Amino acid sequence: MQSTPIERVCGRACVVRGDDIDTDRIIPARYLRCVTFDGIGEHAFEDDRRLAKGDHPFDEERFDGAGILVVGRNFGCGSSREHAPQSLMRRGFRAFVGGSFAEIFQGNCVALGLPCVTLADADLAALMDSVELDPTQEVVVDLASRRVTSRAGSAHADMPEGSRRQLLEGSWNATAVLLEAGDAIEATAARIPYVHGFAA
Amino acid sequence: MSERTLLDKVWDAHAVRELPSGQTQLFIGLHLIHEVTSPQAFSELHEQGLPVRFPARTFATVDHIVPTDSQRRPLKDPLAEEMMVALERSCREHGIRLFDATSGRQGIVHVIGPELGLTQPGMTIACGDSHTSTHGALGAVAFGIGTSQVRDVLATQCLAVGRPRVRRIEVSGALAAGVYAKDVILSIIRRLGVKGGLGYAYEYAGAVIETMGIEERMTVCNMSIEGGARVGYVNPDETTVDYLRGREFAPQGAALTRARSFWRGMASDADAVYDDRVELDGSTLAPAVTWGINPGQSVAVDESIPRPEQAPEAERAGLAEALAHMDLRPGEPIAGTPIDVAFIGSCTNGRISDLREAAIVASKGRVAPGVRALVVPGSRAVALQAEAEGLTDVFRAAGFDWREPGCSMCLAMNPDKLVGRELCASSSNRNFKGRQGSPTGRTLLMSPAMVAAAALRGAVADVREIL
Ligand code: SF4
Repeated sequence: MQSTPIERVCGRACVVRGDDIDTDRIIPARYLRCVTFDGIGEHAFEDDRRLAKGDHPFDEERFDGAGILVVGRNFGCGSSREHAPQSLMRRGFRAFVGGSFAEIFQGNCVALGLPCVTLADADLAALMDSVELDPTQEVVVDLASRRVTSRAGSAHADMPEGSRRQLLEGSWNATAVLLEAGDAIEATAARIPYVHGFAA
Repeated sequence: MSERTLLDKVWDAHAVRELPSGQTQLFIGLHLIHEVTSPQAFSELHEQGLPVRFPARTFATVDHIVPTDSQRRPLKDPLAEEMMVALERSCREHGIRLFDATSGRQGIVHVIGPELGLTQPGMTIACGDSHTSTHGALGAVAFGIGTSQVRDVLATQCLAVGRPRVRRIEVSGALAAGVYAKDVILSIIRRLGVKGGLGYAYEYAGAVIETMGIEERMTVCNMSIEGGARVGYVNPDETTVDYLRGREFAPQGAALTRARSFWRGMASDADAVYDDRVELDGSTLAPAVTWGINPGQSVAVDESIPRPEQAPEAERAGLAEALAHMDLRPGEPIAGTPIDVAFIGSCTNGRISDLREAAIVASKGRVAPGVRALVVPGSRAVALQAEAEGLTDVFRAAGFDWREPGCSMCLAMNPDKLVGRELCASSSNRNFKGRQGSPTGRTLLMSPAMVAAAALRGAVADVREIL
């Protein structure tokens, strides 16, 4: 059950500006009433898009087919719902570049094989401007060299080292990795007093 | 050994191994699941042919989608019914205990865990819900997780997690009358910001926290995630032990004696080393109200709504966006802002102590004309206790609607929702755009007593004037 190593994501990009974009905005709670993630991609940013009356980047034709989402700071804050990265993944996004990411969101992304990398403020601003000016350009998120390259130049990109290695090594499907511990799991459990009800 | 925090001790006791990624494989002592974030995890287990490794360490309940008018089956919403059926089937197949409406123990997952004595000090706890930090009130290290991690825990009883740094937040002094645990945490988030806790576990301490009951500590820990910290906890003390004594799943007799020394021993050492420390004087705190679209955007009830031009340059756009959504005028006092809806409930403030505080206020008047006011107990046990104490009658007599337990208007997954641009005084934890079910709806977070005060006045009011 080894997962595919992810060294690099290339493609066109889409920019959604704004800080503190929370998971309720990414996927409104009413679309959590489901037992599968099928079809959830259609509802990404649905309320924001409706309020913007077609003026949301997700409704702009020039961003169609983008595989990299460029966002601001604290993206994905709020709920732990994996429906948020799932909805973006099912819309075709395979990497996120931003100012910063909420911790649970970032972790959920890694579990799906989606890198979230952060850029310094000036680099992020330049990337956003550049992509908005020319959405047809190719943006490269390179985990191996820790760089994001676009027509705005090549910038240093950060990512928590553990997550970066999970993606690079193809060990981001944590279930498989955790199962490798085998009996060590039971052995640990046996040492924890409450697991056996504080038996004498 | 000394110099260790509770987080260090819990971490070391539960570490199965270090992973090549640098993360820790951590054994999870208690796994709580609910209907929303588990079905896809069970499907994946099924596809991969994996069993549940420790079924006795997972407990399930239903809270997010359950209607609060009637829990009669089949539920009127076919999607909700489908989710219920899926959870029931998965629990049956895998031998997981489910607390459904007929069990007498149903409620919001973060309310019933402690209430049943499942949550205990020194434990690692995981749940597919970001407010899992609530359980830290009893001295547990509790993580909110996504669906892929729910699958990890079901299959291995473990999580791959990075060890957080620890920030000790000391709240000294004593709270004035009319100032509650909710005001403490809203003030902390206002000061440290909604991303201030990124990468940290928050250890809450100081005289204010230590004199709090467990339920108040839960309110504080609950909103750790709103400050960006995934984990929040309070060191276990005698208050914790007293709280657990006699609860259904808590140890009893000689086992309790042994448990007590384990629990107390897990508390941070007096000389523990922290990555950061913050101090706050609790005596200076006033009732807090949010005016914006994230929980860090709050003011004291006697303050005015901030003016973007007075904020640091980098924050101005965010402030302007929040003010535009909220349709509030900068420079105006927040008190007196008319409300349409008053909601008392949620895993932040839907426990018996919250209802008691709110009922004191509710007993002093009637819900203002035109205000839709509802009280939603956090669990069946809370509902029964409130009825036994006569609180239900107090609320009803004042014109509040009394409901069945569930998440209700905290999020928009059940029939309780805001309509259009309604403005809601809410005891819940999130004021995000659209959180309460209407994309244009507006939420002001505050303590349950403050919500009750707002309900009576029909506008944001200072509860200290009513008490
Ligand atoms: S009450 Fe609200 S925050 Fe708490 S578990 Fe339910 S939906 Fe989540």
